[in-house]
Amino acid sequence: MEITLTRQQRKMRDRFREVADREIAPHADQFDKDENIPADFLKQLASKRLFGGLIPKQRGGCGWDMVTYGLFCEEIGRASASILSMLTVHNMVSWAIMKWGSLDQQAYWLPKLAAGEIMGGFALTEPQFGSDAKNISTEAAVCEGGYQISGHKKWISCGQIANVFLVIARCEGAPSAFLMENACPGLTINPTFGMLGFRAAMLSELQLNGCRIPQENLLGKIGFGFSHVAGAALDLGRYSIAWGSVGLSQACVQASLHYTCERVQFGTPLKEHQLIQQMIANMIASTKASRLLCLNAGYLKDIHDPDSIMETAIAKYFASTASVKAALDAVQIHGANGCSGNYPVQRYLRDAKIMEIIEGSNQIQQLLIARNAYSHFPAMKRERIDNESQGQE
Amino acid sequence: MTSSKVKDKIRHFISRRLKTNFDDDLNLFTSGLVDSLFAMELVLFVEKEFKIKVDNADLDLKNFNSVCAIAGFIVRKAANR
Repeated sequence: MEITLTRQQRKMRDRFREVADREIAPHADQFDKDENIPADFLKQLASKRLFGGLIPKQRGGCGWDMVTYGLFCEEIGRASASILSMLTVHNMVSWAIMKWGSLDQQAYWLPKLAAGEIMGGFALTEPQFGSDAKNISTEAAVCEGGYQISGHKKWISCGQIANVFLVIARCEGAPSAFLMENACPGLTINPTFGMLGFRAAMLSELQLNGCRIPQENLLGKIGFGFSHVAGAALDLGRYSIAWGSVGLSQACVQASLHYTCERVQFGTPLKEHQLIQQMIANMIASTKASRLLCLNAGYLKDIHDPDSIMETAIAKYFASTASVKAALDAVQIHGANGCSGNYPVQRYLRDAKIMEIIEGSNQIQQLLIARNAYSHFPAMKRERIDNESQGQE
Repeated sequence: MTSSKVKDKIRHFISRRLKTNFDDDLNLFTSGLVDSLFAMELVLFVEKEFKIKVDNADLDLKNFNSVCAIAGFIVRKAANR
């Protein structure tokens, strides 16, 4: 058994790291304070061919494997969780089209998404339905030439600038997925400000009042919008956020190592104080453990193993929880400086908290993980009995 | 691969996820026995185990809602490969 990145994966990781350190990290605090990412900045980022990582090369993308995509999410998340959030939903829309789009839909949308010419947004959550996503109330009525959609979506990352939304709505009671352009008549986009974290993720609410979209903008089939289309998108979203959480934890490690080398108290650098060393050790161990869970999930995705779905849920749960603890300790290590906008660790803490909530709250992940364990238990017990009777371990 | 062998593999996959015995005609999605991740796990299993691609045109509950339905879908898809 070998747990190691390929040479190509290491090369890509180094490239992502350089972009994160040089292009994103120097601006992340300002973006957070402004609650905005300038359009020019995003255009510049798009020019680096980072928006179509998972999209196949024949559709204008880079054709990355899942581990490479995970490394990308870690480095971007390390620099700015807000930018990671926007790229996550953009990739979720791309992924849903790749998986469930018709050939015409793939040919039309994917090259534009890959080039960053258009940004994607994922519109599932509503004011009354978050974790209870299956019971959304946005309705799509069949009309001449297509569908007419009415409803209200909330907490939509990248919503202020997305050009196309993947909207989940009920069509005659059956959850269905639709591609809606931001210029669609009847669609009102209201920016959301004042969030605890992900402040620069350009969140918005969507008011949909009789928005008409053409038949060809149905993604997948009626009735499969939640189970398959949103299912595929959310799985990728969980995976992206799991890796982004690793990035956040790593940012906390780096900030804390740096600060404790410089800050002197009682005549000694903080790094010499054992209670500080304890927090640093815990941070490092949990970051490495999170990364290993993510690598495992990525490997299973790359070999198309069905267990990858549950392993992704486990990785998301563990890594996001670890990132909150890492950020809490990072702020503690920094003392009053950690509570000040002059240091990034307060942003890490606010963003880490959001990681525990989005793409399926950690409570939902826990329910899924426990239920999965119990459903496997009788089979595990049988396999163990069979193996023992055959003299195997 | 015969339909019988296909059904055996499908039953094995599903039995690792359900706590209870089930027959080949049980409607998995209306039974309440599978969770929200099952649909995607099933797609991945079918694609990996039987080397077929499930795409837009295949999205029909008749292809996925029971062991018999899944087996029928796989046999048809493999024949048209």
